[in-house]
Amino acid sequence: MNNAKRHSIIWGARLAIIVALLIAWQISIEHSRIAAFFLGSPKKIGETLVEWFTTGSIYKHLGITLMETMLSFLIGTGFALILGLWLALNDMCAAIFDPFIKGLNSMPRLIMAPIFAVWFGLGIWSKVALGVTLVFFVVFFNVFQGIREVSPVLIANAKMLGASRQQLVRRVYIPSALSWVFSSLHLSVGLAFVGAVIGEYLGSSAGVGYLILEAEGTFDIETVLAGVILLTTCALILDFAITLFENSLLKWQGK
Amino acid sequence: MTLAVARAMVRGGEALTIMTPTSDAGSRANALDLRGITCTFPPSGKGEKPYTAVRDVNLTLADGEFVAIVGPTGCGKSTLLNVAAGLLPANTGDVRIFGQPLIGINDRAGYMFQAECLLPWLTARRNVAFGLELRGVDTAEATRRADAWLARVGLSGFEDRYPKQLSGGMKKRVALAQVLVMEPKILLMDEPFSALDIQTRQLMENELLDMWSADKKSVFFVTHDLEEAISLADRVVVMSSGPATTPVAEFNVDIPRPRDVTEIVQSPQYLDLHRRIWEILKKEVLKSYERGKTVAAS
Ligand SMILES: Nc1ncnc2c1ncn2[C@@H]1O[C@H](COP(=O)(O)OP(=O)(O)OP(=O)(O)O)[C@@H](O)[C@H]1O
Ligand SMILES: [Mg+2]
Repeated sequence: MNNAKRHSIIWGARLAIIVALLIAWQISIEHSRIAAFFLGSPKKIGETLVEWFTTGSIYKHLGITLMETMLSFLIGTGFALILGLWLALNDMCAAIFDPFIKGLNSMPRLIMAPIFAVWFGLGIWSKVALGVTLVFFVVFFNVFQGIREVSPVLIANAKMLGASRQQLVRRVYIPSALSWVFSSLHLSVGLAFVGAVIGEYLGSSAGVGYLILEAEGTFDIETVLAGVILLTTCALILDFAITLFENSLLKWQGK
Repeated sequence: MTLAVARAMVRGGEALTIMTPTSDAGSRANALDLRGITCTFPPSGKGEKPYTAVRDVNLTLADGEFVAIVGPTGCGKSTLLNVAAGLLPANTGDVRIFGQPLIGINDRAGYMFQAECLLPWLTARRNVAFGLELRGVDTAEATRRADAWLARVGLSGFEDRYPKQLSGGMKKRVALAQVLVMEPKILLMDEPFSALDIQTRQLMENELLDMWSADKKSVFFVTHDLEEAISLADRVVVMSSGPATTPVAEFNVDIPRPRDVTEIVQSPQYLDLHRRIWEILKKEVLKSYERGKTVAAS
């Protein structure tokens, strides 16, 4: 009861802040040309958003951006899992590859975007490639560290219960690695999304990032901001979905 | 064996060491033979010396015997169990399981670890069924047996809890079920009941004794608790303080079975044994404590 009250106060306050900001914004642009030029009109932004969804013209772009996000996440995580597991379980290989991985990780990856465009074309795959390079390292380091830190007693116990090497990998190391993937889920999905949008922004023919790029070309600040709001909302929804997923899946991690 | 007892008598000093009549056991192989076991851990850092935890340890566990091992903390009890389990290769000496030299993991043994060892992503039920599944028992059958064991350790109704959602004592009991469901011939138990309250502990001890006498397992039971050691075991082995730990004395516990751990502590035999073992154990504990202090001071 008390909790529900607290909840409604919090949400009420949040809503009030947003409304107040929008009103202040609207008032300031009605009184100043310069403000209108730099900030755009919240009313027009709203109209743009409504138009996108009523005509349905946004779905194609949104679909592409989300598709790129999804692919980046899945491919990046997949590679990271395999390589993380492999290197964590092979000391020699880990030692050999260590400097390469550190080097690749510290390389500024956004700069690679144009190169990916050359390699993979202007379609979704160059964006996926960029997203993968972002997602991969986050997940890789988590998995690698996670596997290295699996409690030795856990391993010893599984061995005593009769686990073969293969069963050890399948029933102990992989579940343990997955729990580390889940713990980096917010970050990795976020990065996949960023990779997709930035990739589109740096050169593409579709996607929400492309819409923003195009609008910037014509100083259409309202469309740019509408795009930004759309992206922010998407990111929030993704994050929320991950939280729901985590809560359902990670009961064993406890509160 | 004779060698171990001889040493025990020398080391035991004035204490009366009771010999185990095992010389006639030549016909039947011991469940477990540790002969001349030495374990040295490499130095943990620069400038440190390697640490010899146990030196030249001879210990036997006859088929169907229940042996309790007591000794000061840090003396090397867990180390010895690890060697017996095949998890830690000894630097010297050899290990025999039913007369066969041990290579790799000891698959005749079930090991209940001192540290927490449940798989955190599996429920209590799946944790107990884990070993059976590894062995290829089908899920339904494994589940049935797991539930039966959970009931025996007093955890029915908790089958679907994850380890995080269980208390320390409950986790210990799940671990016990996880080991026992595999029906090992040899049981290695490292302070299995120390996290339990006294009532649950006595229930578990009685459960263990029932099971042990029903299908004649051989048990190595490490404990800090002398009362527990005497009330459960056929033989109590006292380890010296570390480093280079070795058994200092052995006592036969000839209190008749079946025993009830709640009643045994009042018998005069028990009190007498307790006094004699404690006399030796106390010295080792004090030595270990003094050594700890000097190390801390230096
Ligand atoms: N992996 C290791 N590396 C270095 N030293 C170790 C290692 N494992 C154990 N030791 C040392 O060996 C000694 C014996 O350890 P062990 O765990 O066998 O003691 P214990 O008798 O089981 O003690 P407790 O009763 O407290 O469980 C300790 O002094 C410990 O510091
Ligand atoms: Mg120990």
